[in-house]
Amino acid sequence: MAGFEPSALPELLPLYYRRLFPHGPYGRWLGYGGGECGAAGRAGAGERGPGRESGAGDPGTEPAAPPAVEKNYFARREFSFTLRDDIYVRYQSFEHPQDLEKELQKTCPYKVDIGAVYSHRPSQHNALRSGAFQAQEKELVFDIDMTDYDDVRGCCSSAEICSKCWTLMTIAIRVLDRALVEDLGVQHRLWVYSGRRGVHCWVCDDTVRKWSSSLRSSIVDYLSLVKGGADTVKKVNLSDPVHPFISKSLRLVEERFEEYALLGQDILGSRESWDKVLALVPEPLREQLQQDFPRKRDSVQRWARLKALVEKSRQSSSSSKKLPSYAEKEIMLQFCFPRLDGNVSKGLNHLLKSPFSVHPKTGRISVPIDVQRLDQFDPFAVPTISSLCRELDEANDADEDRDKENEEDPEPKRRVRDYKRTSLAPYVRVFERFVEDMERARRGELLRRSDLQGDF
Amino acid sequence: MEFSSARGRRRAARAGGRGRYPHSLQFYLAPPAESVSLAEFESFAVDRLRLLKVVENLGVKYLKGTDDYKSKLEYELRKLKFPFKALAEDDYDARRKDHISHFILRLAYCQSEDLRRWFIQQEMDLFRYRFNELSDSLVQQFLEYVNLLYEPISEEVKERLKDELLMSTPGLSAEKVKEQAFYKIPLQDAQDLIRVRRVLLNYGFALVPHQDMVVIILNNYRTKLSKALALTARSLPAVQSDERLQPLLNHLSHSYIGPDYSAQKNTGKISLEQIDTLSVKSYPICMRQLHKALRENHHLRHGGRMQYGLFLKGIGLTLEQALEFWKSEFIRGKIDADKFDKGYAYSIRHNYGKEGKRTDYTPFSCMKIILSNPPSQGDYHGCPFRHSDPELLKQKLQSYKISSTGISQILELVKGMHYQLACQKYFELTHDVDDIGFPLNHPNQYFVESQKLLNGDSPVYQFLPALSGIHGLKKGHLKEGKYHTLEMKTALCPLPQLPSSCL
Repeated sequence: MAGFEPSALPELLPLYYRRLFPHGPYGRWLGYGGGECGAAGRAGAGERGPGRESGAGDPGTEPAAPPAVEKNYFARREFSFTLRDDIYVRYQSFEHPQDLEKELQKTCPYKVDIGAVYSHRPSQHNALRSGAFQAQEKELVFDIDMTDYDDVRGCCSSAEICSKCWTLMTIAIRVLDRALVEDLGVQHRLWVYSGRRGVHCWVCDDTVRKWSSSLRSSIVDYLSLVKGGADTVKKVNLSDPVHPFISKSLRLVEERFEEYALLGQDILGSRESWDKVLALVPEPLREQLQQDFPRKRDSVQRWARLKALVEKSRQSSSSSKKLPSYAEKEIMLQFCFPRLDGNVSKGLNHLLKSPFSVHPKTGRISVPIDVQRLDQFDPFAVPTISSLCRELDEANDADEDRDKENEEDPEPKRRVRDYKRTSLAPYVRVFERFVEDMERARRGELLRRSDLQGDF
Repeated sequence: MEFSSARGRRRAARAGGRGRYPHSLQFYLAPPAESVSLAEFESFAVDRLRLLKVVENLGVKYLKGTDDYKSKLEYELRKLKFPFKALAEDDYDARRKDHISHFILRLAYCQSEDLRRWFIQQEMDLFRYRFNELSDSLVQQFLEYVNLLYEPISEEVKERLKDELLMSTPGLSAEKVKEQAFYKIPLQDAQDLIRVRRVLLNYGFALVPHQDMVVIILNNYRTKLSKALALTARSLPAVQSDERLQPLLNHLSHSYIGPDYSAQKNTGKISLEQIDTLSVKSYPICMRQLHKALRENHHLRHGGRMQYGLFLKGIGLTLEQALEFWKSEFIRGKIDADKFDKGYAYSIRHNYGKEGKRTDYTPFSCMKIILSNPPSQGDYHGCPFRHSDPELLKQKLQSYKISSTGISQILELVKGMHYQLACQKYFELTHDVDDIGFPLNHPNQYFVESQKLLNGDSPVYQFLPALSGIHGLKKGHLKEGKYHTLEMKTALCPLPQLPSSCL
C-alpha cells in the first residue's frame, strides 16, 4: 500500500489536515444550512457569523428564509477523535466548522468519528442532569464490513480484501442504493470507502435524520435477509410470496453472480466447496445433485444443473402440496446479499468513522464513492496519506521550478486548493457534488415554502 | 346479564360518562382529571397488573387470537370488571377503571427499559384483543375519534402496482387486491409491517391494504405509549417524593418479573475454578454455548461479552474476578495483556457500573435475549432455541445427552415459537423433574433454580423470593398518609401535554 507506515502518521497528519482535508465542503455538509441564510455562506470557511440572519448589504443573496435546521445544529453535533496510542476522546463539539478545522489542525487525530446531533452541545454534556442530554438527530448510516462475509468468500479472510471479493461490496451498494431510493424514497446518499475492508453509507435527507431509532431498526430488518450466526447453516429462507424488495435485489445479484461466485470464487469447483452449497438445498434434490456434480465440467455447468433441478421441483410443487423450494435464490442471496452491521444503523448515538478520515492501519483516506461509476472504483487505487503528501511535495517542487523561471511574480495564483493538485481531487469532486445536490434541494424547498407563504 | 337490566342506570351513565368515555377503547391520551381515593388507587392498580399478568400468561399458553385465548381473556376482563364488550354502553365504571388504572401503572412501569418493554408488550396485546372485538362501524368511529384517517391510493396507481402489491402481502389474492382499498401510510406509522416485510414500500410510503390497518393502529398506539412513558419517566421524581405513593409504585413494578438478578446478594460466593463445572451443570444452554465458545476461541464478540459477562456478574463474580476471568482467557488467543487492558477491560468495568454513565447493568432477561440484537456471523450470543437452525439445535441437544423423545418435544415447542417453554423443558429434562412449576424467564433464574435443586436444601445462593408473579403482591402496601384522596391531576400529569402534532 504505497509504502505507508503507521509510524509516519504524526509527521503526515498535520500536513493532511492543513492542506488536504476538504474543510470547506465538509463544513457545508454538516452545517445543513443552519448557519447560513438562503444560498449564502457558500464561500465555505468564510468569516460569516451565524448570528447574521438576513443577507442585508449582500445583494447577491436570496431573500431571507427560515433556515433548514436550527442555527446551532452544527454546534450540537458530536465528534470523537482517536489520538495517538488509541486514546479515545468523545463528546467533542464545535461552534462553527471553522473551529473544527482549527482543532483538527491542532490535535491531528488519527481517526475522526461522527456522532449524533444532541439536545445540547456535547462538550457540555457533563454539566447536564443525566437524562437531559439526548441524541436527537443523526444521518441514517450503514456499515458493511467484509469480515461478515468470511463464511462465503474463499479468497481472503478477516481484514484482507482483494479485487475478487470487492465485488461483494459493489453488489451491496447497488442493492441498498436501489432500495433507499425506490422503496424508502430518500434522496441524499453518500457512499464512502472505509479505508480498509468495507463501505459506509450516510443518508442525509432532512426527514431521515429525524427518524427514531425504532424506525431505523425496522428499516434495518426490512433490508436484512441473511440471518443467523455461526450456528445457522442456512441463513436465508424465502417463502411464498417473494416480496418485491427481494426479487428486485435478486435481479441485481443475478447480474453478477456468475462472474463473481462461479468464475471468481468458483464456489462449485471442488467437492469440499460444493458440499457447503448443497447443504442449503433440500434433501431429495441434494442427493441427486451430489451424484450429478462430479460429472459436470465446472462451476458454471454445475450451477446450471442445480438451478434447473430446483426450478423443476418448484413447478411440480404447485400441483403437489409441498412447499416450494427457492434454494437457488437462497444460495445466491446467502453468498452475495449485503450483510449489514445492524447496530450501527439502529442507534442514534452510534459513532461512525468520518469521510476523509485516515484509516490508521492502512493509511488510506476514507473517500466517497461515485455510485454512478461504481465499477470504476478501485479500493487499491485509493490514495494513502503518504502518497498524497508525496504528490503534494512533488507539485510544490514543480512550482518552485516554475517560480524560478518567472521570478518577477513570486506566489502568483497559489489559491488553487492543495488537494486539487493530488489524486484526492476526483474524490473531493464527488463529495462536492453530493453537497451541492443537497444545497440545491434545500434552496428548492425554501423557495417552495416562501411561495406557499406568498399565496396569502 | 347485568347490562341488560336497569335502563335508568344506563341512561344516567350515558349522561354522566359518555362524554368522557365515548368508546370502550381509547389511546389513553389524556390523564384522568378527578380525585381518587387511595384505596381505589391501590385496588385499580393491583387489578390492572393482575390483568396484564393474565395477558402475558395467555400469550405464552395459547396462540394469540384463537378462540381459547379470546374466551379466557374475556372471562378475566369480566371478572376484574374492565370493559369487555365493545357495545355495552353502561360500563362507565369499567371504562373509568380502565382509564385510571392504565395511568397508574404507567407511573410504576416507566422506570427502566425492561419495565417499559414489558408494560408496552402487555398493553399492546390487550389493546389488540379489544380492537379486534370491534365491529366494522365501531372501527370506523374509533379511527375518526383518534384522528387516524389515511388517504387511499388512486385506482391508476393500484393498477400500475398490482403485481407488486400482490407479492408484498402473504395471503392476498388478485381479487382481494382489486376490491380492497390501499392506504398511503408514512413509514413511521407502518413500522411493524415494514419490519417483517409484509407491505409494499414505494418511494417513502407504505401501501397498506385495508385488512392490515389494525397493525397500523397498534403501531400508532405503541409509538404514543412509548413516548408517553418516556415523558412520565422524566417527571417521576416529583411523584416519587410523595411518600404515600412511592412504596406502592415500587412494589407494583417489582412484582412483574421478580428480581432483576443484579448481583449484590451473592457476590463473591463463587470461585473461578468452579465455572467449568457449573457451566455444564447449571448453565442454561445459551450461556453454556457462550462459555464453550469462549474457551475454544479465547475470544467473544461484543454481544457475547455483554450477555455472558452480565450473567456472570449475576451469578456472583466480582469485578476483580471478572477481569481475571476474561483476561486469562483472552490472552491465550490473539489478544495480548496490554491490548486487553486497553480494549476490553473498560467494557467489563462499564458493566459493573465503574465507567461511563455508571449504570449498574443488570443481566439480560430471556425476553431481551430473544427479542433484541440477534447474533450474526461469528457471534455466539442470543437464544439457541430462537437463533439456531433446528438441525444444529438437535445435534447440540444430542451432544448434551438429551433423550430423543426429549429432543423432539423441545423441537416441537421451538417450532411453535415457545422458546422459553423449550428452555423450561430442557431444564426439566436435565434436572430430572416433571414440572418446575414456575415460568422461566431469566438465564440467572435458571441458574439459581438449578443450584437450588442440585444442592438440596442448603442453597449456595440466597435469593429474593422466586417468581411468584403477582401472588406476592397484596393490598395494603400504602403508608398511611395525611390525605385519603389524591388529586389525580397532580399525581398523574405533572408533565406537559404532548404537542398535538405527535398525537
